[in-house]
Amino acid sequence: MTTVATSGLVTNAIGRRVPTLVNGREQLPYKGVDAHRPAGRKAAPPIRSNSNYPTNGDKRVPDLETALRLCGLHDGLTISSHHHLRNGDRVALTALKTAARMGAKDLVWFPSASFPCHELVIDLMKSGAVHHIEGSMNGPLGDYCSHGHMRGLGVLRSHGGRWQAVQDGEVHIDIAVIAAPTADFFGNADGSHGKSACGSLGFALADSVYADRVIVVTDNLVPFPCVPWQIQGNNVDYVVEVDSIGDPALIVSGTTQITRSPDRLRISELVARFLRDSGIMRNGFSFQAGAGGIALAFVDYLARMMKAASVKASFVRGGSTKYLVELLNEGLIGYILDGQTFDLDAVRSIASDPRHVATSPFTSYNFHSKGNFASMVDAAVLGATEVDINFNANVVTHSDGRLLHGIGGWQNCLFAGCTILAVPSFRDRIPVIVDEVTTATGPGELIDVIATERGIAINPRRQDLLDAVKGKGLPIRPIEEIKAEVEKICGGKPAKPRLLDRPVAVVKWVDGTVLDTVWQVVDDNPYAPLVSGGE
Amino acid sequence: MTSLAASDVGSTNVTKRGEAGRAGGDVRSDLHVSFEGRASGGIEIELRSRVELYYGEVIRQQARDVLRALGIEHGFLELVDEGALPFVIAARIEAGVRRAGLGESKSALPEMSALPALSARDRLRRSRLYLPGNEPKYFINAGLHAPDAIILDLEDSVHHAEKDVARLLVRNALRAVDFGAAERMVRINQLPLGLADLEEVVPQAPDLILIPKVETAEQVSDVVGAIESIAKRAGITRPIWLMPILESALGIENAFAIATASERIAGITVGLEDYTADLGVVKTAGGIESLYARQRVVNSAHAAHVQAIDSVYSDVADADGLLCWGEASRAMGFEGMGCLHPIQIKIIHRAFSPTASELEKELAIVSAYEDAQARGLGVVSLGSKMIDAPVVQRALKLVARAKQMGIAADRAATGEQP
Repeated sequence: MTTVATSGLVTNAIGRRVPTLVNGREQLPYKGVDAHRPAGRKAAPPIRSNSNYPTNGDKRVPDLETALRLCGLHDGLTISSHHHLRNGDRVALTALKTAARMGAKDLVWFPSASFPCHELVIDLMKSGAVHHIEGSMNGPLGDYCSHGHMRGLGVLRSHGGRWQAVQDGEVHIDIAVIAAPTADFFGNADGSHGKSACGSLGFALADSVYADRVIVVTDNLVPFPCVPWQIQGNNVDYVVEVDSIGDPALIVSGTTQITRSPDRLRISELVARFLRDSGIMRNGFSFQAGAGGIALAFVDYLARMMKAASVKASFVRGGSTKYLVELLNEGLIGYILDGQTFDLDAVRSIASDPRHVATSPFTSYNFHSKGNFASMVDAAVLGATEVDINFNANVVTHSDGRLLHGIGGWQNCLFAGCTILAVPSFRDRIPVIVDEVTTATGPGELIDVIATERGIAINPRRQDLLDAVKGKGLPIRPIEEIKAEVEKICGGKPAKPRLLDRPVAVVKWVDGTVLDTVWQVVDDNPYAPLVSGGE
Repeated sequence: MTSLAASDVGSTNVTKRGEAGRAGGDVRSDLHVSFEGRASGGIEIELRSRVELYYGEVIRQQARDVLRALGIEHGFLELVDEGALPFVIAARIEAGVRRAGLGESKSALPEMSALPALSARDRLRRSRLYLPGNEPKYFINAGLHAPDAIILDLEDSVHHAEKDVARLLVRNALRAVDFGAAERMVRINQLPLGLADLEEVVPQAPDLILIPKVETAEQVSDVVGAIESIAKRAGITRPIWLMPILESALGIENAFAIATASERIAGITVGLEDYTADLGVVKTAGGIESLYARQRVVNSAHAAHVQAIDSVYSDVADADGLLCWGEASRAMGFEGMGCLHPIQIKIIHRAFSPTASELEKELAIVSAYEDAQARGLGVVSLGSKMIDAPVVQRALKLVARAKQMGIAADRAATGEQP
């Protein structure tokens, strides 16, 4: 292996120019699916001994500032947080602001995802308290990074990739700040109860195990023991009680809504029919679907088809909503393996139904583990901002190159038996199917089906799927044909956005290699649509 | 050719502005155009677009082309674009120019795409999807939902002040949008306003014109006269069918006369909002107040050998209610109804399709009939039962319809299960 000490750019296995040095750390360019298999030993937290902790188990300290001071806060540390509180989170920003007030500089923030509620981290980056963010950036944070204002490079990882980066020592968490809807004084913590209940706390698990120091922040301190516990107090250094960890209305939605857009409903129905007619929908099958409008409608259509065919699924993996809970209650699915809990019905279900199980990126997505759930799922239905004729897809940037979404579990889910991207063929005159995606987030060899309102394109690599749906009346079309039709409607091929030859972020593949580069944007179109994103 | 428009500008309308279209807020796939004619200085274009990065230059070029086609040599054109497609941009610019008092008797027509197969007078018309004529975002994907017809509506869904603008948009949509296999219908306004609609629409060879609020056969004749003279002038030889909408007590009374007013009439339909308003009664979900009107439409239509088409079911969220209404409607003798949202299409198709057992029975009768024909028998019998001629006729009609729906030949092969 050649050692490259400069921040030069090399071309990786899918033809993307990527830096070899990111934030002072050497990088490997992407080599292909399953081509990179590192050896060595995993990272480990420092040795601690229980003689250093109170024998009565009471780890409470008065406030976050005390906890941070006791954790040895100083310049340049990496502070982590999780995003189960979504856009209602008050803890991550408070922790960073507190650290800034205490005089810390050049911190690295390592969230499992950021949300619009974290916009004020921009001020902390401007003041120098935060050096850069390693995690998804959307909305104002995405724009700040896209315009090259961040001092370090952004590093975008999948949920599984975040665990991998911690395990192989690429990211070392100095202090993990874990917002907990319920906890006891020992640090046992859980997300399914309390006024700020958010369901699973899976994204915080790696942080609790691998960080040097762990702080649990809760607004629902219960007498020991907090049961069930997803975070084990044995990994926790300090417990801080606060009035509120977040805004419940923004943590979970009261109701998640199925789309009413006829075009999106059509896509959802086509995806469900594809699963049925290809034979993937059969007794004991499994699937994954998110909480977006198309995914929810897909679940609704699929459930009706399952009932009509008397088919039951063994499990569903992924974000949970009331729609999945209804299927669980009706006996149409055996288990929900829950990665994120999106609405009130789902939170109630995970708190009370043993068949509704909290999982984590370790069980579901991790690269350095002995198998994971995502690859065991028969079909995953995902979204994308762009797809190209080689089936490569983009989820992190808008077509203009600006950061729009985090990767979430998207890359990890590509390993499902059949990966389906359910996307409109164009949005506001902007074609979604293009010659080459702006930012490669997933390689085409793992993407099997593109379902649009104008037809379904099957990856030519999947002759088995092409054969399975032959003669079933589905609108199966070559991807080039759908693309040509959309370009005719839109008035030609869209012009390519002009981007500066200066990286602002990198996209990591699930194995830690660099898949693509996000470049600094030049065109600042004041009339461009506001971006808002989830993880 | 020195343009007429330029001299007009010089004499009268130097500063008159014309505006058309919508932008801002949650508007999508439309644009706002503001045009100001000038006496000199050439064309100045100011564009703000959601898709500037991708299509900014294409839009500017299109704007120049449209202005040239309208004979405009000088003027200031301001466009605020929310990702409108080219046929929309052309219609809005033309509307802006016309509202500025220019471009008279000229037009900027988008390229005509291939026309669908000729429409038969008795084709399937189970579902007719209404598309508000001034809402371009619903046009482009309407055909994907596979209604039997789409209706580009210039009447009730278009505000009075926007009729001129919607007319151009509908004209362009008829030329540029691929509605798939759907029959291309336009609902015009009542005459005389409807005459201006026909002037723009008829040259684009629509398949059918819906005439609103018809009360007398003469009203149909007036529309027929206008269509025939415009079609002749424009060289349109494709059939243009008519469907009068009866929306008042008088219209219902004259149903048969209206249904037989022209050879072009393919069907008659009923508008229940206006009808119940005319009666001064409340429109209920059960529809008891309009039962007579609907039965009268069915009977008159059948007497005139045209299709009887029902009104719409306005509670879009109520799928069960729609199915119930549709099944009852079919049982009464209607052959189809209107849709307000694409999710209604499949439900309506189901409601207006024969059930499996019904179809099985009728197929057996048809095969017994064919068997008797082949053997030169005058009497058709099924098992031990003799089948009367009208029963055979009904079976033949139903099976023929089912074949049009693609369900009689091979139910399993369609794959279009709900």
